Amino acid sequence: MNYLPAGLPEPVTEADKLDAPYWEATRQSVLKIQRCGACNTWQWGPEWLCHKCRSWDMRWVQVEGKGKIWTWTRCWHPVHPALKERGPYIAVLVELPGAGNVRMLGNLLGDAAQDVKIGAAVEAVFEPHDDAPTPYTLVQWRTL
Amino acid sequence: MTERSLRGKVAVVGIGETTYYKHSMSPDPEFVLALKAILAACDDAGIDPSTIDSFASYANDRNDPSRIAAALGCKELRLSNMQWGGGGGGGAAAIGNAAAAIATGQAEIAVVYRALAQGQFQRYGRAASGGTVSGDNALIHPYGIFVPAQRYALKIMRYMHDHGVKQEALRAIAMASYHHAQSNPRAIMYGRPLTEQKYDDSRWIAEPNHLFDCCQENDGAAAVILVSADRAKNFPHKPAYVLAVAQGSDHRNAARSFNAPDFASSSFQPVAPHLWEMAKLGPQDVDVLQSYENFTGGVLMSMVEHGFFTGEEANDWCRLENFMTTGKLPLNTSGGNLAECYMHGLELQIEAVRQIRGTSSAQVPNAHVGCVIAGPMVTPVSTMVLGSQETL
Repeated sequence: MNYLPAGLPEPVTEADKLDAPYWEATRQSVLKIQRCGACNTWQWGPEWLCHKCRSWDMRWVQVEGKGKIWTWTRCWHPVHPALKERGPYIAVLVELPGAGNVRMLGNLLGDAAQDVKIGAAVEAVFEPHDDAPTPYTLVQWRTL
Repeated sequence: MTERSLRGKVAVVGIGETTYYKHSMSPDPEFVLALKAILAACDDAGIDPSTIDSFASYANDRNDPSRIAAALGCKELRLSNMQWGGGGGGGAAAIGNAAAAIATGQAEIAVVYRALAQGQFQRYGRAASGGTVSGDNALIHPYGIFVPAQRYALKIMRYMHDHGVKQEALRAIAMASYHHAQSNPRAIMYGRPLTEQKYDDSRWIAEPNHLFDCCQENDGAAAVILVSADRAKNFPHKPAYVLAVAQGSDHRNAARSFNAPDFASSSFQPVAPHLWEMAKLGPQDVDVLQSYENFTGGVLMSMVEHGFFTGEEANDWCRLENFMTTGKLPLNTSGGNLAECYMHGLELQIEAVRQIRGTSSAQVPNAHVGCVIAGPMVTPVSTMVLGSQETL
């Protein structure tokens, strides 16, 4: 059961393949984030070079799907036709202490009326969309 | 080395607006709106439209200066300038870019304009349906985060958490715009006052944004005409001099997936100090403030980052009485984006000029220094200070 209804835009790899390793890893329920091979800086979202030392040696490193809620919003207004019948849903921006505190957006699974606390510990849940024309997997979050 | 500054070198001598409409309700195509606003500004400045030689806009305005110049029969086209990115954040920058061209001899009479007809084109507050997404949007849209009201809710929520800002502070900013719109017959919300109860009862769009924390979307056009200071006194109205303009954003502001280091910010942290330095003024010298409301939380952060008060003082500061014409910091005196018209902020620039002229429908007594903050939380943002003859 997916958190949001079908009909939302489906993510595909960028034409220049910059983010291909991320999307390929999520299909295996693995979370990979960019890390600089020269200076070890974590980087998210992906970019071609390291913002810290300008090395081109950007690697994709598996990280534990554990994070903390950095900020959040509960969306009520259906801005997309697919969301018309959905009712409220929660988006969380999660920071990953195990990956240099980079932040990732996702939905907070469970009751949309739940109390959300900045700083709360969350873990990643992989949500496969196998029936999409180009199958993909979203990284979602649930509180621990 | 000689000082590099725009201070006092260029002035606004003409302002023009079309009728403001609810979104998608313009009877005119967008290009016609643009022309009507420019012609109204020419009329206000008392100039022949064919003498305009330079154009600047922002937010990917669809109305190309070359076509406008041909349509108006301009004798010569010199500057045609578009500010990159940032949507409504480019409003002050476009004026700064035109002013810089005038000050350096690349332009003589410049018009800064913005036109929107959302029935003819797409709205900002609604996502396009279906299809695939890639790049940064692939990390955001599948989670139901599409539009500014949602994206910037994430910034505002964190800022309120970090500084203990209460919902009542946001409410006061909405109340200020609606309060001033009640004396402005041009305003879409003229005759439609907002009460605290009505705000509190309004639906959430994306927490912490209630309906009344979010700007309108509208159709219309606005234009301002700039000339060098040495010519400015030869026009019918009191000139409003550009005392300073600054544009930009913070370190790695556009890092993807909301990874800007200073994410919970209006983006003015490094920009505002440049503004005050050029203006040779500080926030304490400002008589009246126009601060772009895409969302009320952005206004609050803009005011903090411009130094009007601290985040911790926000709950005390953000009260309707402080934002009225007799208050400590008169704010959005035409009704702004929330209640006058979402003309992508150019209506705020125009209101700042009116305040310097002394012709606002909510006039601040003896207004000599006006600050205008363009769209916050985007990248790049921009901001400016206008002053009367007495401030030079």
